[in-house]
Amino acid sequence: MRSDRSSLLLKLSAIGGLIFLHWPLAIIVVYAFTTEDKSYQFPPPGLTLRWFAVAWGRSDIWAALSLSFNVALVATGLALVLGTLAAAALSRARFWGRDNVSLLLILPIALPGIITGIALRSAFNLMDIPFSVFTIVLGHATFCIVVVYNNAVARFRRLSPSLVEASFDLGADAFQTFRYVVLPNIGTALLAGGMLAFALSFDEVIVTTFTAGQQTTLPIWMLNELVRPRERPVTNVVAVLVMVVTFFPILAAYWLTREGEHVAGGSR
Amino acid sequence: MSDLALRRRGPLSSLIDAVYRHPRLFLALLLAPPLLWLGVIYLGSLFALLAQSFFSLDDFSGVIVREFTLSTWTQLMAPANLDVIIRTVLMSALVTIADAIMAFPIAYYAARYARGLMKAAFYLLVMMPLWSSYLVKVYAWKLILAREGIDTWVLDKLGLKFLLDWYLSLPVIGGPSLSASYTGTFIVFCYVWLPYMILPIQAALERVPGNLIEASADLGASPRDTFRHVILPLAFPGVVAGSIFTFSLTLGDYIIPQIVGGSQYYLGQAVYAQQGTAGNIPLAAAFSVVPILIMGVYLTFARKLGAFDAL
Repeated sequence: MRSDRSSLLLKLSAIGGLIFLHWPLAIIVVYAFTTEDKSYQFPPPGLTLRWFAVAWGRSDIWAALSLSFNVALVATGLALVLGTLAAAALSRARFWGRDNVSLLLILPIALPGIITGIALRSAFNLMDIPFSVFTIVLGHATFCIVVVYNNAVARFRRLSPSLVEASFDLGADAFQTFRYVVLPNIGTALLAGGMLAFALSFDEVIVTTFTAGQQTTLPIWMLNELVRPRERPVTNVVAVLVMVVTFFPILAAYWLTREGEHVAGGSR
Repeated sequence: MSDLALRRRGPLSSLIDAVYRHPRLFLALLLAPPLLWLGVIYLGSLFALLAQSFFSLDDFSGVIVREFTLSTWTQLMAPANLDVIIRTVLMSALVTIADAIMAFPIAYYAARYARGLMKAAFYLLVMMPLWSSYLVKVYAWKLILAREGIDTWVLDKLGLKFLLDWYLSLPVIGGPSLSASYTGTFIVFCYVWLPYMILPIQAALERVPGNLIEASADLGASPRDTFRHVILPLAFPGVVAGSIFTFSLTLGDYIIPQIVGGSQYYLGQAVYAQQGTAGNIPLAAAFSVVPILIMGVYLTFARKLGAFDAL
């Protein structure tokens, strides 16, 4: 029965839970404006925009930001290709070992990230591969594939194979079929998957600490600041920046997939 | 249309057309790139890591001896290392239980009562913290739990600071401040993984057919009975599905206990320290087998409880 009223207790605990999920994020924003730079004093003794200017002038932040951005871009591109191929193959076909293939796809996120990280690092060491942007991308693409796959596979299941066959029958070649028939059908799902993959890569720290060597992505920069704080308010400003950068892709991804199939983001 | 059909085709294009007519071959070509990537890069390095747990570290030279030995494994069984494993598993279990309790009302309300705009808002409000930056969230809690932080301030204003002081004076769960205690670590773990628990429970609750609930009421069950005997058993696979994430993520995390918590090591920190400062890759490899084994057992049970259908 859907019409029965919810009890007040249920409503309060649900709303209380949501507030619990959000208020720490609000705190970060407040701290980005504080005039106190030595401690985490609350409430802030005064408010200032100074730290935004300080952060703007810091070249180490810009370098970390641009590395993270480039890594996320390349990793998302790779994940889009590999995830879409996997989704196209697994959406309809039934074949021996199919369950093992889907297990392999989710394994990089089902096992703790530290295991992926240390495994990659020791493999790089064994094969004498020096750390570079390439090694970071390798790790990120591995766990981003499943995000794209999750979004794409649901859409592929709804794409009727007879559409593709009709396109071939009417004389279109493989490229035209992909461009004019398949892509318009799966486009928004790919865009959503790509945005989530981008947000995931942009924010990833656990695997990255193992594959980055001496390079500093933005999350690694933040981690260093958390362990050995230098200018705390600047860290707050960067935290706000990271929140904003990841907010819009997530919102867009939700917007693009909101009809019907919510691809539970639970599989991160 | 005719110019499409009559257009001259490149050799590559006709090759793809030919391949498409052989479903098996087409499937193999689709699967090859992702399988190669994951099989070679991911599984390859994973097995290489596990193999190294059978090597050992020469204590004097600090060089890894590449000969088969079980000595690293006996080293793993040292009491100090077992303590780390037990502490981590216990923390993972407690976090999972607390998250299930906190997630249920949110998921239940979102699945059964929220409609239209409200439902979209609930979904988005759970998704946002799930995907927003992990480090930012941990950092926020460091600010909140710090000695001069907001929690102390609020309690001080309410005149309840003595409660916090009393709590911190307790053995084991207390400490110099919340940000340097087991309780602090526990709170942050619960917070960071909570959305991973909400979504699968909500999905499972959405699938409970309305007519089952009506039938239960028609047969004379009180709402409480219906909840206990109809809704809860059907939602349980969702709880198990969520627990896979909360449990696995706590098991391998090494950043949260490092930022918020006491000086005691967790599994992830032990792996990190062994491979980093200690340079003992074999022991780090043996340590990382532990969460793989635990998750293997966990996933087997979860599959039996029907959690995979709820993912």
